Amino acid sequence: MSQFVTFTLGGGLYGVAVTRVQEALRAHTRTRVPLAPVGVAGLVNLRGQVVLTVDLRARLGLGPLAEGAEPMMVVVQVDGEPVSLLVDEIGDVVDVGPEAFEPPPDTLDARMRSVILGAYKLDAELLLVLDVDSAAAA
Amino acid sequence: MEDMDDIVREFLVESHENLDQLDQDLVALEGSPGSRDLLSSVFRTVHTIKGTSGFLAFSQLERVTHAGENLLVELRDGHRAMDGPTTDLLLRLVDTVRAILAAIDRDGTEGAVAVDDVIAAIGELQHGGATATATATATATTPEPAETVEPAAPVEPAAPVEPVEAVEPAAADPVVGVPQPRRIGEPAAPGPAPAATEDPTSSRGVADASIRVDVDLLDALMRQVGELVLARNQITRLAAGGEDAELTRTAQRLHLIAGELQEGVMKTRMQPIEHVWSKMPRIVRDLAAHCDREVQLEMTGGDTELDRSLLEAVKDPLTHLVRNAVDHGIESPAERVAAGKRPKGLLSMRAYHAGGQVVVEIADDGRGIDPEKIAAKALERGLRTAEQLAVMSQGEIINLVFHAGFSTAESVTNVSGRGVGMDVVRTKIEAIGGAVDVDSTVGRGTVWRLGIPLTLAIMPALTVECAGDLYAVPQVNLLELVALDTQRSRAGIEYVHSAPVYRLRGELLPLVSLAGVLQVGSGPEAGAEQAGVIAVVQADQQRFGLLVDRVLNTEEIVVKPLAARLKSIGVYAGATVLGDGRVALILDVQSIARRALASEGELARATREFDVELEVAATEQVLVVGIGRGRRVAMPLASVARLELVPADQVELVGGREVIQYRGTILPLARLDRVLRAHGAAGAQDPAELLLVVYTLAERSVGLVVDEIVDIVDDDAGQHSDIVDTGLLGSTVLGDRVTELLDVRGAVLAADPSFYDADASHHLVGAIR
Repeated sequence: MSQFVTFTLGGGLYGVAVTRVQEALRAHTRTRVPLAPVGVAGLVNLRGQVVLTVDLRARLGLGPLAEGAEPMMVVVQVDGEPVSLLVDEIGDVVDVGPEAFEPPPDTLDARMRSVILGAYKLDAELLLVLDVDSAAAA
Repeated sequence: MEDMDDIVREFLVESHENLDQLDQDLVALEGSPGSRDLLSSVFRTVHTIKGTSGFLAFSQLERVTHAGENLLVELRDGHRAMDGPTTDLLLRLVDTVRAILAAIDRDGTEGAVAVDDVIAAIGELQHGGATATATATATATTPEPAETVEPAAPVEPAAPVEPVEAVEPAAADPVVGVPQPRRIGEPAAPGPAPAATEDPTSSRGVADASIRVDVDLLDALMRQVGELVLARNQITRLAAGGEDAELTRTAQRLHLIAGELQEGVMKTRMQPIEHVWSKMPRIVRDLAAHCDREVQLEMTGGDTELDRSLLEAVKDPLTHLVRNAVDHGIESPAERVAAGKRPKGLLSMRAYHAGGQVVVEIADDGRGIDPEKIAAKALERGLRTAEQLAVMSQGEIINLVFHAGFSTAESVTNVSGRGVGMDVVRTKIEAIGGAVDVDSTVGRGTVWRLGIPLTLAIMPALTVECAGDLYAVPQVNLLELVALDTQRSRAGIEYVHSAPVYRLRGELLPLVSLAGVLQVGSGPEAGAEQAGVIAVVQADQQRFGLLVDRVLNTEEIVVKPLAARLKSIGVYAGATVLGDGRVALILDVQSIARRALASEGELARATREFDVELEVAATEQVLVVGIGRGRRVAMPLASVARLELVPADQVELVGGREVIQYRGTILPLARLDRVLRAHGAAGAQDPAELLLVVYTLAERSVGLVVDEIVDIVDDDAGQHSDIVDTGLLGSTVLGDRVTELLDVRGAVLAADPSFYDADASHHLVGAIR
């Protein structure tokens, strides 16, 4: 069994291996980084630490979040450094077995394919597993 | 102990550590007598102590370790097997060594620790063969280990734990209260009587006074203290806003403690520059021999301390400069003698604190750098034009050696002069926030001067605002701030083609709009217009103005590294958390310069072209006219289309205004004397002819009626006074006469009030018909 921290992005359910997640919290004020690659949403001050924030919507090719909606941050560990991922809403931690896993379908959008490891078939919906390393390498 | 030599001190610290290891190794060795690794380790340790003690002239120590080493050689070479008595004897040896070290620690001498017993015992063990066991154990006064069933057991715990007390002055025994130690301590007992009165706990030995600490741990501590300081700043800010006296007091206390802690932690990372210098004598010696030079090296200020990481960073540049000085700076003895110098060249290195920096000077009394050679080279390489070189000072020219790809070595030697010279030195020094410059006199020598910040972790910076975001500019790059008058848009900013420049005290300062570089706001043009402040910064050898919206304040910032892919943008040096908790990016001024100022050659060309324009502009040509009663008025010649003489009777009136027909159009007139209230002068009958100054804008013109055309002269804007009257902008002195400066716009409007209204172009015409 594997455990995943789930969150939603544009109505879809996504998950990150629980071992990679440091914390989940309300989005902080971000300092934008001009000239940064697409997907870099800025830098945040996480208890004195300067943490890079990645806009997952941009990474997945989804449109920007609705005006006025507050994103959440999932802070994950990448190469020993924290990276914050911007998501719409935080969901539960789910347990899934390997038998429910499927590789990503061939029809998946190329931009998605680079950051999605595969899908777990949950009862009600699909849980797309995010490749944290490539997603954070915005 | 204060006068104890550093070498001895280091020897003691090291030996104490080694002895602890030796204890463990010996005991372990007894468990696995065949282990070559352990034996070698033991042998090495003893050998090291022997070698150093010989070097430091501790003869007793040398003798006893020498004997021990002999025994160990037999063990190592397999001539003898490790057994209980041997272990015993070796441990006793360790204790004796420890006793001697303790004596050295106390008073710098070996004291009277007896070594003969141990040496004799070792000798007997080696020669005695069969009887060795008996002799050894007898001497050791602890027969039990060897003769009882479990030989190792009593020795193992006893030896490593107690030896320090045991061998220290025998008088220490009562304090420790352990009876057994005397077993080992006894050989030492008769000797060190005078020292015995000392309380072992009162003075810390050298070995106890210093410990080795993992550098990573220090780095981590440094980071954490940085965070603490930031948190403290936030608390201080919060406390300052409130009325809670208790909180304010606590915040002040926190302020103090955190400050002291920061200072303390920073000190732990400081190392004397000696660490880097110590290898210079060898380098200089080898190099001098290789290049056929005679060099005397003098070093002063080696105890000047620098942050460890900085020390590491200056190592290569320093070495490079030293090599360079020997290879290129100092001449061969024959040349020196011919030049009237001593055959032996002098290379001196000096380090000292100055202005919150550590300055390192490397000076030689060699041939010096010839500015003419440098200039020729710069010309040849296209780094500077002949015109530019002509106006550069010698110092500026010499500093050209820091340009990339600049090497004056006429022949490439294997020492230096591969074209990767001073620019690498400069890059490396600047990478740590330092600076390097050079001073040289032909025939007298050269001085290289490195300015190195005390620490990397915290640096002063200026926070600026640009398009709503905050950025930090390292103070080390900052020269000055120039406030622009935002009321007058783009006050003082001029353009060479499309490149903005600013005249700073007569010199042209290229401007870089930060908003433009970062592509924030509404484009580079808009950025320049919004800008309120020019931060004059220095990068590489180049000065430029960074246009920012606002300057906030200066802060001590803790530099946080950036993720590699943000770093690779090449504009940011790092990030920091400001006192209010906001994250600000630290600008990499060097990179911005390289990025924004295109190539230097291009900039130089642009500047040169502008200089030509500037000469015209700075001394504006003006038309000086007389308007009666001796009053003289000047107007910019640039605004004058032509001068006309027309018959006075051609003047017609339209709605109370004077006009004439002029080249098929109607030209409104204004009599300048009336505009400037100079009319009514004596004998002011209308002349038969009117002198007109025709002023044209787009397709519209007005005529200003004047009494006489006096001259066209150069007007130096610097001499203007601002005595103002109606229709005037000020006054100045032209050709020894006070001349008023005409407000052309006002005068034109007097002739045609709708002149500047674009949509009223036919207004006047309509009125006439």
